[in-house]
Amino acid sequence: MVVLAGVSVIVFALVHLVPGDPVRLALGTRFSQETYDALRERSGLDQPLVQQFFSWLGGALTGDLGVSFRSGDTVTSLIAERLPATLTLAFASILVALAIAIPLGTISALRPRSLVDRFATVISQFGISVPDFWVAIVLILVFAGTLGWLPSGGYVPLSEDPLGWLQRLIMPAVVTGTVSGSVITRFVRSSVLEALGADHVRTAQAKGLPARQVFTWHVLRNALLPLVTVTGVQLAYLLSGVVVVEIVFSWPGLGQLALQSVQSRDYPVLQGAILLFAVVFLVINLIVDLLYTAIDPRIRR
Amino acid sequence: MTGQPLPPPDAPVAGQGDAKGTSPGPTTLRPVRPRWRETLGLLARNPTAATATLVLIGIILMSVFDETLAPQGPNEIDVADRLQSPSWSHPFGTDDLGRDILSRVILGAGVSLRVGFLAVGIALVIGTLIGLLAGFYGRWVDDVLMRIMDMFFAFPAVLLAIAILAVRGPGSGNTALAIGIVYIPIFARVTRASVLGVREEVYVRASRSVGASDLRLLTRHVLPNAAPPIIVQTSISLAFAVLAEAALSFLGLGTQPPSPSWGLMLAEGRGFIDLAWWLAFFPGMAIFLTVLCFNLLGDGLRDVLDPKQRTLMAGGGR
Repeated sequence: MVVLAGVSVIVFALVHLVPGDPVRLALGTRFSQETYDALRERSGLDQPLVQQFFSWLGGALTGDLGVSFRSGDTVTSLIAERLPATLTLAFASILVALAIAIPLGTISALRPRSLVDRFATVISQFGISVPDFWVAIVLILVFAGTLGWLPSGGYVPLSEDPLGWLQRLIMPAVVTGTVSGSVITRFVRSSVLEALGADHVRTAQAKGLPARQVFTWHVLRNALLPLVTVTGVQLAYLLSGVVVVEIVFSWPGLGQLALQSVQSRDYPVLQGAILLFAVVFLVINLIVDLLYTAIDPRIRR
Repeated sequence: MTGQPLPPPDAPVAGQGDAKGTSPGPTTLRPVRPRWRETLGLLARNPTAATATLVLIGIILMSVFDETLAPQGPNEIDVADRLQSPSWSHPFGTDDLGRDILSRVILGAGVSLRVGFLAVGIALVIGTLIGLLAGFYGRWVDDVLMRIMDMFFAFPAVLLAIAILAVRGPGSGNTALAIGIVYIPIFARVTRASVLGVREEVYVRASRSVGASDLRLLTRHVLPNAAPPIIVQTSISLAFAVLAEAALSFLGLGTQPPSPSWGLMLAEGRGFIDLAWWLAFFPGMAIFLTVLCFNLLGDGLRDVLDPKQRTLMAGGGR
């Protein structure tokens, strides 16, 4: 709660740190005094700062994040409009990431220094280091340009055109999923290794339990814990941090909205988007903590 | 609810969860200098890390002597020679204004590295100081400082940087500042965790009992012994800072044209991707190679400096 309060102060302060008058900046050079006064009054910028903060915070708590300088729509509706695209991409990416990371990480931990292990290490190192927007451009060149198999970007809702939805989802999901997958692969590998080295595993092996049973009940269960954390963190990141990939694929998600609001100096929208991301991050952390207590009886004490 | 710090979305935190993994035995009272040489020796025996280091030295030298190395100026326009594919006279080709891509990639190294080093410098100095104070003094100092860090941590890194740039305006200096601010909490956490493991070591208590001041304790004993994870984190953060600079410049918020920033060149090349692939390809490779080497160096340093992780990486720890 303290963190959340601090977060809202930071978000609010950000916009009010802008040198000059946000309304003047938003309107550009040509505008009448009436437009100026109207916008200023509508966004409550003519009130004292402290009062502005509390009315903004009060609004935020009830789902009212103010009104866009640009379009006049409410920030909440702008965000709600973008939410499906972002959620779709985030969950598709995390699926791709886990589909890569769990098998690859587990196998390379079970056979350290093997060919698979070396391959996984190299691939995950590449995935962490490569600029995702560059991979995105190269994929567009190959699959949309040269081969012409997939559209180069955009988004259609699943309900309207399931095939088009999938075609447009594949490339961005693979790009972001591979990057997240690389991070998760390393965590899976080291946590499986750690679990393999634990005393109770040796005991189980000494008891003569079949290898498969030792693996599922003694190794995997313990290796799962760090996986929950890192998956949660990656999900939080995917829900907010994929601005650049969204831009390259013209994916109408929240990252794109945030960038557009920066470019058009639409501060209420930027404020709303950033606040939402921070809240999402905190909520996912909370869920991870709760999951931990659910799957690890040692914490429940 | 434990409120435990989580690793950041895209930056593996060095020495996570093994605060005591790096402390040397209680007999080593002045372990710093001899260990440096040992560290370098071990690093040299790791072929991957050694190669990465050599490549990085190469890139740094390239950025120092960029003016002499680049066959052309970064903004020498030759419209007759526009969009030429790679050839002997232009090994990386030319862009839509006839500028030599190789020259721009060479000159872009300086931009990327300057922003990267400046950003990590800011985060390293401020973050380490905060982590040191929080870990060493504990109690309310720790609570206050780390709660503030948590607040900054709650924002997605790239987005916080974008917001800071929205407030301060675009440009390389502000980009370095924005990335630096974003990484402060990471250094604070890594340092704090490391300091907690060192604080109660025998040599610290011994030194305190003979009347050493806090300042002396911190600078002579705590910081040097808590340093390994911070060093690893520095290398990894350099990788992410270079990547972040490229991303922000790609979005048009970082380095501004006509500066030859790699991210910016990628953004410019994107429009010509099906016409002239080399515009986006070579700057992308440059970013990738630099980031990869900083990451590999970070991994090598972790293997050498962090014995617990080392056995883990070496295959099994059993």
